[in-house]
Amino acid sequence: MVEGMGEGARAVPLSGHVGFDSMPDQLVNKSVNHGFCFNILCVGETGLGKSTLMDTLFNTKFEGEPTQHNQPGVTLKSNTYELQESNVRLKLTVVNTVGFGDQINKEDSYKSIVEFIDAQFEAYLQEELKIKRTLHSYHDTRIHACLYFIAPTGHSLKSLDLVTMKKLDSKVNIIPIIAKSDAISKSELAKFKIKITSELVSNGVQIYQFPTDDESVAEINSTMNSHLPFAVVGSTEEVKIGNKMVKARQYPWGTVQVENETHCDFVKLREMLIRVNMEDLREQTHTRHYELYRRCKLEEMGFKDTDPDSKPFSLQETYEAKRNEFMGELQKKEEEMRQMFVQRVKEKEAELKEAEKELHEKFDRLKKLHQDEKKKLEEKKKTLDDEVNTFKQKKTAAELLQNQAQQAGGSTTLKRDKERKNNPWLCTE
Amino acid sequence: MSEAVVPDAMVSPAVGGLYGEKAGGPMLDFSYVGIDAILEQMRRKAMKQGFELNIMVVGQSGLGKSTLMNTLFKSKVSRKSVLATAQEKIPKTVEIKSISHDIEEKGVRMKLTVIDTPGFGDQINNENCWQPIMKFINDQYEAYLQEEININRKKRIPDSRVHCCIYFIPPTGHCLRPLDVEFMRRLSKVVNIVPVIAKADTLTLEERDFFKKKIREELRANGIDVYPQKEFDEDAEDRMINEKIREMIPFAVVGSDQEYQVNGRRLLGRKTKWGTIEVENIAHCEFAYLRDLLIRTHMQNIKDITSSIHYEMYRVRRLNENNTMVAHANGIPEHHLTAHEM
Repeated sequence: MVEGMGEGARAVPLSGHVGFDSMPDQLVNKSVNHGFCFNILCVGETGLGKSTLMDTLFNTKFEGEPTQHNQPGVTLKSNTYELQESNVRLKLTVVNTVGFGDQINKEDSYKSIVEFIDAQFEAYLQEELKIKRTLHSYHDTRIHACLYFIAPTGHSLKSLDLVTMKKLDSKVNIIPIIAKSDAISKSELAKFKIKITSELVSNGVQIYQFPTDDESVAEINSTMNSHLPFAVVGSTEEVKIGNKMVKARQYPWGTVQVENETHCDFVKLREMLIRVNMEDLREQTHTRHYELYRRCKLEEMGFKDTDPDSKPFSLQETYEAKRNEFMGELQKKEEEMRQMFVQRVKEKEAELKEAEKELHEKFDRLKKLHQDEKKKLEEKKKTLDDEVNTFKQKKTAAELLQNQAQQAGGSTTLKRDKERKNNPWLCTE
Repeated sequence: MSEAVVPDAMVSPAVGGLYGEKAGGPMLDFSYVGIDAILEQMRRKAMKQGFELNIMVVGQSGLGKSTLMNTLFKSKVSRKSVLATAQEKIPKTVEIKSISHDIEEKGVRMKLTVIDTPGFGDQINNENCWQPIMKFINDQYEAYLQEEININRKKRIPDSRVHCCIYFIPPTGHCLRPLDVEFMRRLSKVVNIVPVIAKADTLTLEERDFFKKKIREELRANGIDVYPQKEFDEDAEDRMINEKIREMIPFAVVGSDQEYQVNGRRLLGRKTKWGTIEVENIAHCEFAYLRDLLIRTHMQNIKDITSSIHYEMYRVRRLNENNTMVAHANGIPEHHLTAHEM
């Protein structure tokens, strides 16, 4: 028997210091020991300065050379780095889209990005559904933030941008930024930002809004929200300004300082992305985007939530049952295919045997024919030979007679000879 | 003005390398990225969300369970203070009564649930008196599991799992009773057990040390692993701290919610003719150690072990059970199903 006080717990005042105010510290310590991970996806056309911006944001030189422009399709390349600052260890994964926007036909560009993001969710879902799972030490590869690099045309968003962002907004936190913004003048920039924001709104693209529910950060977050999309400039080169070395890009007409807030919004981006909202980005990914994916995937597989009366555990049960069903079907199909294959082979073999038999028969027939002919010929030859022999005999006999006749009466034989000679039919020589 | 410019470190894929100093602000120090601001963000989030803690107290009636709870949390959190029932009838079977409170300290909000088990060990025949308790604990795991596998699940799954079970050992001074051994043996497998010697003011220091040693020996002999469990020590530092704690368990505690004047200060204690026992004085009893362990230092660890070890074990068992049921239903031999398990 369990008796409780009902859903709402009563608030009880404490009469002294208990000590559980150290709970946040305990929690933080545990997280510090465990380490954090953060995954950023950079989407944008080749040459917009994605890698440089990452280098600038995290103050390090990540590996890699600039990508070529002749990629046949969009591939995603991800690299993981371990950074440490004071006692915080961060496992940072930067995923770059290689070849985005370079093809002639860009219809399928967004597909590989969506597939990649889904694959990370799927991996996490698989781990969560496992029986023996290790969620505690699982390396979370789900994308927490997607920086969408907009080319600094100054006019409006490209249709590729709109399509891609629309496909991604329900799967990941999108933060649009205007890349290489030192190519745009200040007045153009303001107009550009307004145009972009209105286009995003009119197309229903949900970009990430910095959270304003916590008082300590509500103010700064809401002002930042109004500055989206951030116009950034990235640079890892340092230039001497006054007597300080600052990160900047040096032109003949002046120097663009990366960390100068009047020059570009880089500082704002860094504040928002890392210093203020990193945890919120991770939480949104887990509680909103991942849950949505999970719900869709499970519903797709045919599960429904149980009603209170039915037997519990239908999810795992039906998942297993379905899986086994599927495996069974697969096995059956395989068997069927194997059977069919064997059948076909037998048939073919039989056919070939038939043909072989036929050929043999033909050969035999021909051989017999040949033999018959040969026999006939032999016989003929024999008769011919016989004839020749008899003729020879007759000849010798005739010659003998002739000799006798010649000796007996030469003229008549002569005459006869002449007659014989004149008579072609009698010439036998 | 000279600025200490820390050179940018090269990053290799395997090992990190930027070491920043938090100088005056972002503009002054160039190598400071601000990754450590995430600690502050986490703290903010934790303060906003609040914490949950579920403690169960088990022991015979009259051992001072309710008083100890009140002393631990310095407020009237026990069942007796809440339920107005005046009659103290010992129930015929073990009942489970859980009461929740919202307490707040320095901006940190906590939902504390105290689960009381009146009737435990009070009958003449105490066979299987641990069963309702085990069922309750498993029911909480089950409820959490159900919510976790829902398709439309809540943002924060309400955590009613029992994080810690304080077991009260009567201060006989000799050794553990069979009931104690049976109970702790069974329950140490599903929940974190913290054994305490109740009403320790009836034991002298020598008796107390002897008793504790005896208890530890018996626990070891019976293979009972109480919190902090040896096998869950994460690293050398943990092990060092936990070894010290393990040498002290079970804590000999005295509870009191009455304040008395001692040496000019108002302290919680028990006043007797021969002196006043100060609850928070470690020379008198070990209440302070228990409080520090449970609340000030190891609370997060207790919750972690519950969720990542005990709950996971329950989940594995439950899912495997289901597999065999599914297998028999589908006529598939069990060994085909183990392929996906890793």
